[in-house]
Amino acid sequence: MKLRLLAAALAATVVLPFGAASAADLEVTHWWTSGGEAAAVAELAKAFDATGNKWIDGAIAGSGGTARPIMISRITGGDPMGATQFNHGRQAEELVEAGLMRDLTDVATRENWKEIVKPSSLLDSCTIEGKIYCAPVNIHSWQWLWLSNAAFKQAGVEVPKNWDEFVAAAPALEKAGIIPLAVGGQPWQSAGAFDVLMVAIAGKDVFNKVFGEKDAEVAAGPDIAKVFKAADDARKMSKGSNVQDWNQATNLVITGKAGGQIMGDWAQGEFQVAGQKAGTDYTCLPGLGVNEIISTGGDAFYFPLLKDEEKSKAQEVLASTLLDPKTQVAFNLKKGSLPVRGDVDLATANDCMKKGLEILAKGNVIQGTDQLLSADSQKQKEDLFSEFFASTMTPEDAQKRFTDIIASAD
Amino acid sequence: MTGQAYAGRPNQLLRNLHSKIASIPMILTAVVIFLGGTLWTVFYSFTNSKLLPRLSFVGLDQYERLWAAPRWLVSIENLAIYGFFSLIFSLVIGFVLAALMDQKIRFENAFRTIFLYPFALSFIVTGLVWQWVLNPEFGVQSVVRSLGWTSFTFDPLYNQSIVIYGILIAALWQGTGLVMCLMLAGLRGIDEDIWKASRVDGIPMWKTYLFIIIPMMRAVFITTLVIIASGIVRVYDLVVAQTSGGPGIASEVPAKYVYDYMFQAQNLGQGFAASTMMLITVAIIIVPWAYLEFGGRKRG
Repeated sequence: MKLRLLAAALAATVVLPFGAASAADLEVTHWWTSGGEAAAVAELAKAFDATGNKWIDGAIAGSGGTARPIMISRITGGDPMGATQFNHGRQAEELVEAGLMRDLTDVATRENWKEIVKPSSLLDSCTIEGKIYCAPVNIHSWQWLWLSNAAFKQAGVEVPKNWDEFVAAAPALEKAGIIPLAVGGQPWQSAGAFDVLMVAIAGKDVFNKVFGEKDAEVAAGPDIAKVFKAADDARKMSKGSNVQDWNQATNLVITGKAGGQIMGDWAQGEFQVAGQKAGTDYTCLPGLGVNEIISTGGDAFYFPLLKDEEKSKAQEVLASTLLDPKTQVAFNLKKGSLPVRGDVDLATANDCMKKGLEILAKGNVIQGTDQLLSADSQKQKEDLFSEFFASTMTPEDAQKRFTDIIASAD
Repeated sequence: MTGQAYAGRPNQLLRNLHSKIASIPMILTAVVIFLGGTLWTVFYSFTNSKLLPRLSFVGLDQYERLWAAPRWLVSIENLAIYGFFSLIFSLVIGFVLAALMDQKIRFENAFRTIFLYPFALSFIVTGLVWQWVLNPEFGVQSVVRSLGWTSFTFDPLYNQSIVIYGILIAALWQGTGLVMCLMLAGLRGIDEDIWKASRVDGIPMWKTYLFIIIPMMRAVFITTLVIIASGIVRVYDLVVAQTSGGPGIASEVPAKYVYDYMFQAQNLGQGFAASTMMLITVAIIIVPWAYLEFGGRKRG
């Protein structure tokens, strides 16, 4: 008797998931864990839950470098999640080629993604051999300099309007006991700061030649030498910022302990959580105030191929929810990033986001380094720049090593 | 027994059959997972596998790139420094502590617990604790400064040239307790009569330790050495928790290079080449020693 009851109970637990209409639990992994990011991801979860499905949050702490290996080994190891964040571009390239990711072309044509996603390079990065494999959710640009108005006031100098003025103001900041430039110890931060300096100082064409065409001659040339000189300045200005995580470095700027930080627009979410206002408490300079160009990398969701039909259906629902105009606005306002569709209204956006939208509308955009370089080359670059920023390596030596990396990049 | 008598020569394969069957899972694990996995890794280190293993051979390219990478060279240097000092200090400190403990002191149990306690913590916890202790803003430096020495500087984790010693301190704090316990067990195994005899002959205590007791503890020393050495080669989590390789790349270690290139850089070939080099390094140290230790005894 007891055994039969037990069997019935077991059977019930098996049957139940099939019985429940078309709703499914979908585990979504991502590395959005700082205050501003968590608030933004909650908006996505809310929108997805409203469709009758359930968002199971799989946040992985410790930024992309820690999270991506975990995600990839889960997918290749046969324990795929419902959906996962990647920076779109080349990070998931091989997973797609190995047939582990789901083709979203049906959803994309039904919802007309080709028309609505702006700039189109975002969707191009999701496309491999004519098929679409990811849903872009936001545009993140690296090319921002965040300045603390309070820090400059304390040092008795005006808030700089571009990189050169910032470098000139550094001694005054130091005298007031303020670190001029906050750079965290995570390797991607120093590598990213260098890419930003390159766009600002050497310009868009040089950037595209070096990272797009992997032209080693340009990488060894005088334009890049100038960039390394600027990186040398940045290195001197960053002495004393003994923090690891990017949001800790941003916090130095928020609290006025540091003058500024070169960081992507995701830093804006932190200013918002701290209750600071663009213009009065902090200043943002796109393209370091020199070259107003922003890169259009960003985050996208990829959907691993699942056997469960209910879950596969839920994946489609999630994909279309992510690009829904309402979700786009709610998510991006909290995240501090720009929406992937040009037709949504961001009237409530703050000054910095509006600046970004303007540059985007003008078309002054470049592709992000994640889209141009393989993870392998990116890692080598990170090794180089984390060493450069922490040591006394000469700019000339660093440039030589940089040229080698570009020459061997694929 | 009677069966064997009829068969004439006992079948070697069928002797202790039960224990042989019982050890099949372990034999399979050893052969398939350890040996098989090792061979597979070495094999694929000659390919240009990226995120997923694939069979397109590139000869020694991965190794050439590895030995040209500044980060790998720094890792090797760090491992050498860390290995050398950690071996010497944990043996010396561990033995001295054990010898002191062996003087029939009061509260020996309490002391033993205190010294062994850090070993109960994982490397991650150890690393975080020492990251705070060595942090100039709330650690040792700020305590000493608040006592009046305002120019005192002690920030090993933020200084490129000494960061590896900061990691070494944490590793010693964690590991010497175990070494002490092993040594103490060895000391307790020494016959009381040896001590009596040396006292009768009027040999000073330190000489007795150095020339009589230590040579008698050879087996304990070898066990300890193997335990310490294996801990050195695989040091990874301590570095991740304390410095994550920084400042810059100053505290990188080989195991971290392997992990970062296999998973972060999505370059399996490079990671495999690095792990193969680690294996070769271990083999260079272990093989001659094993030959002397085990090969020699059989003949002698």
